[in-house]
Amino acid sequence: MTTLSFTNILVLSYNSLSYAAILFLLASGLSLIFGVMRIVNLAHAAFFLFAGYLALEFYNIIFGSLSLMPRIIQLVSWTLLYFAWRGLNLYVAPRHAALALLLTYIVMETLCSLVWSFRFFELFFPHVPVKPVDRINFAGMITAILVALAIAALCGMFIERFFLRRLGQDTLSQVLVTIGFAFILQDGSLYTWGGDNFMLKQPWPLNFSAVVWGLSLPQYRAFMIVIAVVVAAALFLGIERTRLGAIMRAAVDDPEMARGIGINTNVVQMAIFAIGALLAATGGVVGGAFFGVYPGLDFEILPYAFAVVIIGGLGSLGGAVLGSIVVGFIENFGTALFPELSYFALFAPMAIILAIKPTGLFGKG
Amino acid sequence: MVENLAEKKRVLIVLGVFVALGVVTPFLDLFMQSLVTEILVFGILAMSLDLLLGFTGLASLGHAAYFGVASYTTAIIMTKEDWTWTFAAFQWADSLGLGLFYIFIFALVVALAFAAFFGFLAIRAVGVYFLMITLSLAMVIWGLAYRWSAVTEGDNGINVLGRPSLFGISLESEIPFFYFTLAVFLICLGLMYMFVRSPFGKTLVGIREREERMQMLGYNIWLHKYLAFIIAGVFSGVAGVMWTLFNLFVSPPDIELITSAEALFMVALGGPATLVGPVIGSAIIRSLQQFISIYVERWPLILGAIYIITIMLGRLYGVEGILGLFGKFRKPAAPPEAPEG
Repeated sequence: MTTLSFTNILVLSYNSLSYAAILFLLASGLSLIFGVMRIVNLAHAAFFLFAGYLALEFYNIIFGSLSLMPRIIQLVSWTLLYFAWRGLNLYVAPRHAALALLLTYIVMETLCSLVWSFRFFELFFPHVPVKPVDRINFAGMITAILVALAIAALCGMFIERFFLRRLGQDTLSQVLVTIGFAFILQDGSLYTWGGDNFMLKQPWPLNFSAVVWGLSLPQYRAFMIVIAVVVAAALFLGIERTRLGAIMRAAVDDPEMARGIGINTNVVQMAIFAIGALLAATGGVVGGAFFGVYPGLDFEILPYAFAVVIIGGLGSLGGAVLGSIVVGFIENFGTALFPELSYFALFAPMAIILAIKPTGLFGKG
Repeated sequence: MVENLAEKKRVLIVLGVFVALGVVTPFLDLFMQSLVTEILVFGILAMSLDLLLGFTGLASLGHAAYFGVASYTTAIIMTKEDWTWTFAAFQWADSLGLGLFYIFIFALVVALAFAAFFGFLAIRAVGVYFLMITLSLAMVIWGLAYRWSAVTEGDNGINVLGRPSLFGISLESEIPFFYFTLAVFLICLGLMYMFVRSPFGKTLVGIREREERMQMLGYNIWLHKYLAFIIAGVFSGVAGVMWTLFNLFVSPPDIELITSAEALFMVALGGPATLVGPVIGSAIIRSLQQFISIYVERWPLILGAIYIITIMLGRLYGVEGILGLFGKFRKPAAPPEAPEG
């Protein structure tokens, strides 16, 4: 056992937090899907890997023809957004709708302007020179991420609509069908992209390390943490504060009554599954520039996601946050202190939690 | 032990099938012989999982762990010359013609130890939590096989040079080894059949059906489940030992999640709580794998598709496994016959 200096502990904590960020992105989707549909989606980590490969693929495509792709994607995503809105069939007061439209437009156009001109980065980081290749990388990254996320979410919707919905509440069938999809996605990826290890390029300006108090901290890890915090906040606010979240909670608590007052629970379930797949895919794309993308990554990371939800409890967002931080810290410190035993170190807290509360800290059973 | 006539008939049919298999197999070609042996090995694994899934109602997705532990133990004690005392003991036992007994006892004790430890962690969890924790624990075993290369040779796997002989009879060629596998298989089948029909086995079925009531009647639920878990783990260990002896090679892909999932699917396909159903499942899956692998490489892809299609079809027509299919055909025919008789 090695002793750790104070700086080591600081760096390790930073690494642990960024690792926890990826785990949160993966496990929150798993937890969300379970909370609403009582399904343990074993294909979840396969979405993680699949999205990494997709981002890689689109990144390579876009690299060739930059000028057209972002506009096409913008068009397609607006159309999808429109139909999703129509499908939800919500009543929204006109002024709220106008506000939402305005906000969405501003966000989208900001993204596009970032892609096209980089003026914000030049504004905030005037000392860092922007090379043309960086512009291309960043544009490619953003568009690749958007396309990969959209495709992963569509895959999730497809699986829910045509397979899982017809299975009812039989756990064994659900497990076998989702693991069947996991095998298909995994082996299909292996077939399409081969067995090599790939690395998604870390976009400028995240591929540098910041130096704080003499510690060298990679900025990409900070980016991972920021993304996870933003996603967690969006999920929390979305579920607790919006009308859509209220509809979702109603569909969870009492599906029959929800149907009785005119909520289409089928659409809600499909949307939840799509959001879950989207979260896993976000983790996969963000993590793809960090872990790399390689065959077998999905089943390697699945136990970590399970550890998170076992510690935190399935179906609880707070549990996912807490669980991923616990697992992130144990994994990083465990590897540093006892390199051979890190896999076992992960399961010690799991055993303790299970002994005290078999459904996890915040679990709903 | 076998009380009613229908049950006796069923046991005789099963025994007849295996006797026929023992008679027919030597006349098949080498490929078919090794296929039949492989089916029997995975049949043991699937039956051991049936003890958990079918009879106790615990869906374990990590049953390859004990299989893997036992198969790695077998390979290690047969090849690891640096570990002087285990190797010397093996050599000594082998010179007496008892090498196989040594392997079985050693590997099964290790499998039992792991099952006892993992069961201790897993049994408290219920439903999907049990599923997740067993999967994670099996991935720990896979991680050990993959990363602890000082002992397990990592990704390269371990080559075993030859099978030990049994009382001086060489098991090197296919046919003697097939008969040995058949004997081990039948012993396991018999033991598991006795286990399932014992009061203990009946209690497990009771726990599966109505846990609260069994608890109220004063049964120790946790202990029953725990013992069932350990026993299933040991039988899975038998399959693991046979796998190493059959394949003479063991590597991390053998004990991946796909093996656990295949075992689970064999049980679901053959029909849970039937004991011989999983063997039929094993026969179907293994034959498909061998025959499909001749034409295409992408076995996991096809396996995934088979899972989905089978489960969706089973759902559509409301049958549980292949043996359930027989029952479905038979049941509607029964009532009209009754008045005539």
